[in-house]
Amino acid sequence: MKIVLEHLTKKFPNRNKKIKEDVIAVNDFDYEIPNGKLIGLLGPSGCGKSTVLNLISGLEKPTNGKIHFGDDDVTELPAENRGVGLVFQNYALYPHLNVRENIRFPLENLRGKDKMTRDEMDRKVFETAKLVQIEGLLDRKPSEMSGGQQQRVAIARALVKQPKVLLLDEPLSNLDARLRLQTREELKRIQVETGITTIFVTHDQEEAMSICDTIVVMQDGRIMQHGNPQDVYDKPDNLFVAKFLGTPQINVFKGVVKAGTVFIGNDRIMMMEEDFEDRDVFVGIRPEGFIPDDSWNGRSEASDNKERLICEFRKLEVMGRDSSILCANEYFEGTMIRAIIASGTEIKTPGGEVAFNIKPNKIHIFDAKTGKVLH
Amino acid sequence: MSSNTDGKTGSVPHVNSEYKLIEQRATAANVFGQIIRYLLLAFWALIVLFPFYWMILTSFKSYSSYNSEYVPKLFVTSPTFQNYVDAFTEVSLGRYLLNTFVFTVVTTAIMLVIVVLSAFAFSRLEFKGKNILFALFLSLMMIPNELVIITNYVTITNMNLRNSMPGLVLPSVISVFYIYLLKENFEQIPDELYKAAKVDGTSDMRYLWRVMIPIAKPTLITITILKVIECWNSYVWPRLITDDPNFFLVSNGIQEIRENGFGRENIPAMMAAVVAISVPLMVLFLVFRKKIMAGVARGGTKG
Amino acid sequence: MNSKKQTLTAWLCLLPAIIFLGAFLVYPMIDVFIYSFEEGYNFASQSYFGIGGYNYSYVLHDPYFIQALKNTFIIVLITVPLSTGIALIISLALSSIDKLRELFQTIFFLPYVTNTLAVGLVFMILFQKTAYTDGMVNLLIRFFGGESVDFIDGPYSAKMFVMCFYTIWVVLPFKILILTSNLASVDPIYYKAAKIDATPKFRIFFKITLPMISPMVFYLVITGFIGAFKAYSDEVALFGTDLNAAGMNTIVGYIYDMLYGNSGGYPSYASAAAIILFAIVFTITIINLLVSEKTVYYQ
Repeated sequence: MKIVLEHLTKKFPNRNKKIKEDVIAVNDFDYEIPNGKLIGLLGPSGCGKSTVLNLISGLEKPTNGKIHFGDDDVTELPAENRGVGLVFQNYALYPHLNVRENIRFPLENLRGKDKMTRDEMDRKVFETAKLVQIEGLLDRKPSEMSGGQQQRVAIARALVKQPKVLLLDEPLSNLDARLRLQTREELKRIQVETGITTIFVTHDQEEAMSICDTIVVMQDGRIMQHGNPQDVYDKPDNLFVAKFLGTPQINVFKGVVKAGTVFIGNDRIMMMEEDFEDRDVFVGIRPEGFIPDDSWNGRSEASDNKERLICEFRKLEVMGRDSSILCANEYFEGTMIRAIIASGTEIKTPGGEVAFNIKPNKIHIFDAKTGKVLH
Repeated sequence: MSSNTDGKTGSVPHVNSEYKLIEQRATAANVFGQIIRYLLLAFWALIVLFPFYWMILTSFKSYSSYNSEYVPKLFVTSPTFQNYVDAFTEVSLGRYLLNTFVFTVVTTAIMLVIVVLSAFAFSRLEFKGKNILFALFLSLMMIPNELVIITNYVTITNMNLRNSMPGLVLPSVISVFYIYLLKENFEQIPDELYKAAKVDGTSDMRYLWRVMIPIAKPTLITITILKVIECWNSYVWPRLITDDPNFFLVSNGIQEIRENGFGRENIPAMMAAVVAISVPLMVLFLVFRKKIMAGVARGGTKG
Repeated sequence: MNSKKQTLTAWLCLLPAIIFLGAFLVYPMIDVFIYSFEEGYNFASQSYFGIGGYNYSYVLHDPYFIQALKNTFIIVLITVPLSTGIALIISLALSSIDKLRELFQTIFFLPYVTNTLAVGLVFMILFQKTAYTDGMVNLLIRFFGGESVDFIDGPYSAKMFVMCFYTIWVVLPFKILILTSNLASVDPIYYKAAKIDATPKFRIFFKITLPMISPMVFYLVITGFIGAFKAYSDEVALFGTDLNAAGMNTIVGYIYDMLYGNSGGYPSYASAAAIILFAIVFTITIINLLVSEKTVYYQ
């Protein structure tokens, strides 16, 4: 079932009573969530992603805008009637009920033609427990289980009523690192097996990138970009998205476009394809976009007018397969530039400086004022 | 599990107009529920407030106008302060109030000293037999007061302390429950603070006075409030050991008034006395109500 | 600081508590126990006949005691469940409203800070029917078409009614306060989860709310029982010190009468009655605890 979010806005009164203006948690969020896919809502703390989830589930009502489930307008429909499954960040398992009773709970609320017999319910509970692989724990209480196990129970409870959409609020943030990797694969598997439209909220871009079919990047209540994870990574629309995705973070420099050429300081970096007015820009270079230029022999030599970036060499970190060259540049926004190269590559550092050629598809130029991408 | 996008989720209709009906019904049910709740609360609020209202109202009615009302009136036609004057002159209301005030202050003060010292010893100091002694203390909580007043009556009588302030105060001073409450609170103060103070050369008593007591202030306030209310309302013990009206507290004072005061007839004057008795605590309550209610809640939940 | 000094300080700190507790709690406990077995104790001469169960037998056959026992049990059985139930309903209502909540909470707590004897006098006057006037409550009854009743000097059932009503009125503030703060401590996320699962309101209450507050409800029931068995001053507030004349005496009142009464004091009977009371309360508490094992959800 597709979900259409039409110009959704949610405002909250400011917690600081002295400030009259409302806090805008979600700002004109307009997006169509495709059927049957795993979508990641990604963004930093406070960007409004959990609020979007609450709006879809019905726990919050939008200040403006509409929500459609399929062709039906559900904006005013109470949460009880929307048929969504929601997995809370700290699971919200009823502590006084055991696993079986927890999972069975939603089924016991069904009325009318949907009402199930005790046997049907138990069968369904068992099926769902098997799906998340906790069928052996049905008699335990939540307090007797690990975090990972509790989470699977929470997922089972959400899935048992065969919801139209499954929502997960930061499902992996309470798990330790090893469990996180394991569980995110589990989530992908479950989503593929059930085919339910699934939306999950996270601030961890690695998580979102690895399992989602589509990601939606948010900041301050707005959509900054959406699309296939690799596409969003390779072609960021704006500086925020470029900085948010990618580990280690993209290296950002202050630069200018003059007469169609991009400069960082005095270093010529590349030619712009289209005509752009002269302006200040931010130049983002992915760590994997640096190639040490061994044709450069230092400043003392005459310039050959090749396109390269010159930085002050600081340190070489060897980490197994890859190595990081840490260097500095006065136009760099940050402390240390990190360039990743294959270990064993020879690096020339004439005069304590190192020169790089940049792979053109790893450079992203952003307008300094608007942050929008130019290349 | 088969791929299923049409959720089976209870009463979810598939047509928009049904949704509208659900929405309307939900809001209507909500409003109805709220109205019922407010009515219920207002009803009980009335039952709570009415005696107070009536008490204050009657205290301002003159004796004759009160008696002339076969059907009691809910308002006063010509208010008068005479009843209050009578309350303080015809019976020793002032004396009762004073006694109760002294009793409350002295008892609470002594109790605080004992409770603080004991809680300090149990929580902070190490000595042989500590746990056994504390367990003993706890078991004493089970002893009902009604039991011990029998012997205390004899004891106090033998000590010739009937009809005296010491006689009133001494048995009323202790409560194991408050020691338990405070000890729990003290134990929550991290050990590191104590060690840091020790390294700075602080004596135990100084640590108690300057660190532990300020940190435990909320609990101390709770204990004080609970004790004050207990003392102000104390009835059984004063009744038992005082038959000289000079030493009556407000509780047995009220009984005295009811049975012998004002010729047993002057209800408005009695009401004036009742109001005078109730006012101190009520004023205290209205001023400190947040602290009081939080304190009692804390004391109750710990129990 | 060395342990010797600590030990000394500790015992010094505990000395006042030990003295007071010993003199006014421990010693009396033992003393009363002994008293209850000393038969025919005469206060004036401080002598007694012998050791045995005579006192107990006397008390248990004393019609005044039987009446007091009956009264106390009625009060307990009516007021404890009712007051807990009403407190629960009011607390639930309070937790679901937004405006005026603080106002209501303040009003509801008022009886706790007032002197129960003072307010009892007011209740007495409101419920009493005299030659001069029917009293406010009767006015209300007549307004609804009923017949006026004297609740203070009239039939037993009427007196019991006022008694229970007043008792509930007095104990409700504490219970409401405890329950409201306990309800507030239930994590709202459980209610959100239940909402998503389309749980009807009554089911939310019985399956989620109630189990989560059950330890506190149970605590109120236990302390409610213990407190109700010790009922006395509320009775005096309504009916005056001569409770036997009103037929409304309670166990504690009986103990009191035996001690201080006109007959010059029978500490042995009082002691026996007190021990009986203690035994009853103890047993009921044990029963309550056993029941709680099964029904209460402890976290």
